[in-house]
Amino acid sequence: MPQAVDAVPPAGLRRRGVLRAALALGLAGPLGWRPGAAAATTAPLMRLYGPAPSAIRRVFVAGSPAAVLLTCLAPDLLVGWPMTLSPQARALLPAVARNKPTLGRLAGRGSTVNLGALLAQQPDLILDAGTVDATYASTAQRLAAQTGLPYALVDGRLADTPAQLREVGRLLGVNTRAQRLAAHAEEVLGGPALAGRAAAHHPGVYLARSADGLETATVGAINGEIIEAAGGRNVAATGRAGVVRVSMEQVLGWAPEWVLTQDLNFFRHAQQDPVWRTLSAIQAGRLLLAPSLPFGWINGPPGVNRLLGVAWLAERLRGRVGAQDEALAVAVRFHTLFYGVTPEPETVRSWLDGRA
Amino acid sequence: MAVPEALTHSPLAQRRVRPAAWVLGLVLLLAVTLVAFAVGQFEIGPADLLASLLARLTGALSPLSASAEAVIWNVRGPRVLAAALVGAALSAAGAAFQAMFRNPLVSPDILGVSAGCGLGASMAILLGLPLVMVSGMAFGGGLLAVVVVTLVAQRVGEQDPVLVLVLAGVAVGALLGAGISLVKLLADPSVQLPSITFWLLGGLNAVTLEDLRFALPALALGSAVLFLWRWRINLLSLPDDEAAALGVRVTRLRTSVVAAVTLMTAAAVSLSGIVGWVGLVVPHVARLLVGPEFSRLLPMAMLLGAAFLVLADTLARTVAAIELPLSVLTAGVGAPFFLWLLGRRRRLE
Repeated sequence: MPQAVDAVPPAGLRRRGVLRAALALGLAGPLGWRPGAAAATTAPLMRLYGPAPSAIRRVFVAGSPAAVLLTCLAPDLLVGWPMTLSPQARALLPAVARNKPTLGRLAGRGSTVNLGALLAQQPDLILDAGTVDATYASTAQRLAAQTGLPYALVDGRLADTPAQLREVGRLLGVNTRAQRLAAHAEEVLGGPALAGRAAAHHPGVYLARSADGLETATVGAINGEIIEAAGGRNVAATGRAGVVRVSMEQVLGWAPEWVLTQDLNFFRHAQQDPVWRTLSAIQAGRLLLAPSLPFGWINGPPGVNRLLGVAWLAERLRGRVGAQDEALAVAVRFHTLFYGVTPEPETVRSWLDGRA
Repeated sequence: MAVPEALTHSPLAQRRVRPAAWVLGLVLLLAVTLVAFAVGQFEIGPADLLASLLARLTGALSPLSASAEAVIWNVRGPRVLAAALVGAALSAAGAAFQAMFRNPLVSPDILGVSAGCGLGASMAILLGLPLVMVSGMAFGGGLLAVVVVTLVAQRVGEQDPVLVLVLAGVAVGALLGAGISLVKLLADPSVQLPSITFWLLGGLNAVTLEDLRFALPALALGSAVLFLWRWRINLLSLPDDEAAALGVRVTRLRTSVVAAVTLMTAAAVSLSGIVGWVGLVVPHVARLLVGPEFSRLLPMAMLLGAAFLVLADTLARTVAAIELPLSVLTAGVGAPFFLWLLGRRRRLE
């Protein structure tokens, strides 16, 4: 459980906010409080454990969402990657970050990096982003105590992306860039996506994960929240948020208007398989393959990278004619702005066509 | 390991064949199959089911929608069939291994076949390969694991071949299990890791007719070998020298049983993922009904295993909107039932 005394307020946080947060932490501890639930709306997104960070020159990212966040904001601070990246993905990343080594992730017992190796990198800060619950909070607290390093834990639902960018940008001292990216994020979440969310009809979307497509993220799961963000309705309303397996006849029963996937194997399978082809969505060609380079457009990791998917999906769900060309332009602009690399239009087109 | 007398030491000669048991097994399988076809997330009434069946039989045009037709013949049909086949195969394999190893605690994956399948499938998912390759690598991994175990056992020990085989299986299984853990650690936690976990928990929701075509020859071949050797497998429960004195070529018989069981189990696991408990417990239930004589035990175990897994799979896809993993249900339903049966058996004696 997080203790109030260990939570150091981020810069710029007002005193009353601190008191309120401290009170909430103190009261909530014994009541099984889950930081992830409350942080998105009332409290600031970031929690800091350990000593207050001073000059930050080297940042160790705990997991892939944090890696994407740092790559967008300040790629030169990145010490190494928590995940393995394909050569294709590396080529689309900022030159200063692209050739950094893979160091492994930090996630309690699921860690693939040992603390000795972490300390040998001499980072000034550990940065972690994702849905925050009590397990994550206590892990962060313990790691900060163990390593003596400041540990910044950023809560991150998709809708919080602009605030997330601003808060972390402020911490890292890259305010100007953070403001620019946050403004773009607001534009994405407020533009076509908002129009989609405001529309009277929210088309039913089934998110097909894994090669057989029978794995899905249910309503409320971070892995599927892009559907609602883009103005769709996740058909998998099963009551419990998470990644689950469902049966084929359940999918047929849901009769989604769109099938969304990021898995190239499934994209091919669904077009050939006789059972999937009985779905009216597949028959009508409403099967969408989200690109996955350098990071997934709709998930994998659930980070800033999904902004690209929101814009793309919102346009597609509204069935805009010429959406493909617009999506291409949006993607090129996003890559240039966030990853600092401008991809060839032909490359982006091949992703959008499912040829990549 | 102590062998419960009630389970294994019924004298072969004294036990009469009870036709009631066979009728019970057949009726059970038929009943659960009918229920399996009639229920599901996609509602299809019994009348529609019958109409569709009639249309198929007469070649007439079905009055049902294309989706309903697809559910009956392409989703439920292959699924029920796969459940029956996997259940029968795992139970037959378990019965054969329990006889061969002279130990009631043995299950078909004692020689590491499931761990091999698991590692093959996890690696395929990690590499982002298509579905066919996931099944293929699972099947290949299972076979390879047992081949390695058999070779190691042959090189290591002459003294007690059965014990050496089991120990080699346990060791190789542990090694493969470690391999699976390593793959899980390397997998992308938001995309690949859930898929690997779901595969390892077992489930039949992705089964298609094509998968069945791929698995059927292996299942048929394995069962055929067990059926052909069904009389001699009884003799494997004797010490090796006594069996040899009765004219059995023990090593050859044992090798062919291992090969048949491995073939069936690997094919079953590549269809369904890892489904625990069936191969361990169904043979015991069959033994309670028809006794340990293998020529009777084998078909009864297959019958009950098929019925049990069809039932478990029906529950897996109907109790919630989401799919429950098969392993959870086979253990959750099977274990209490088995304990109840055990207690009842005690009282009767």
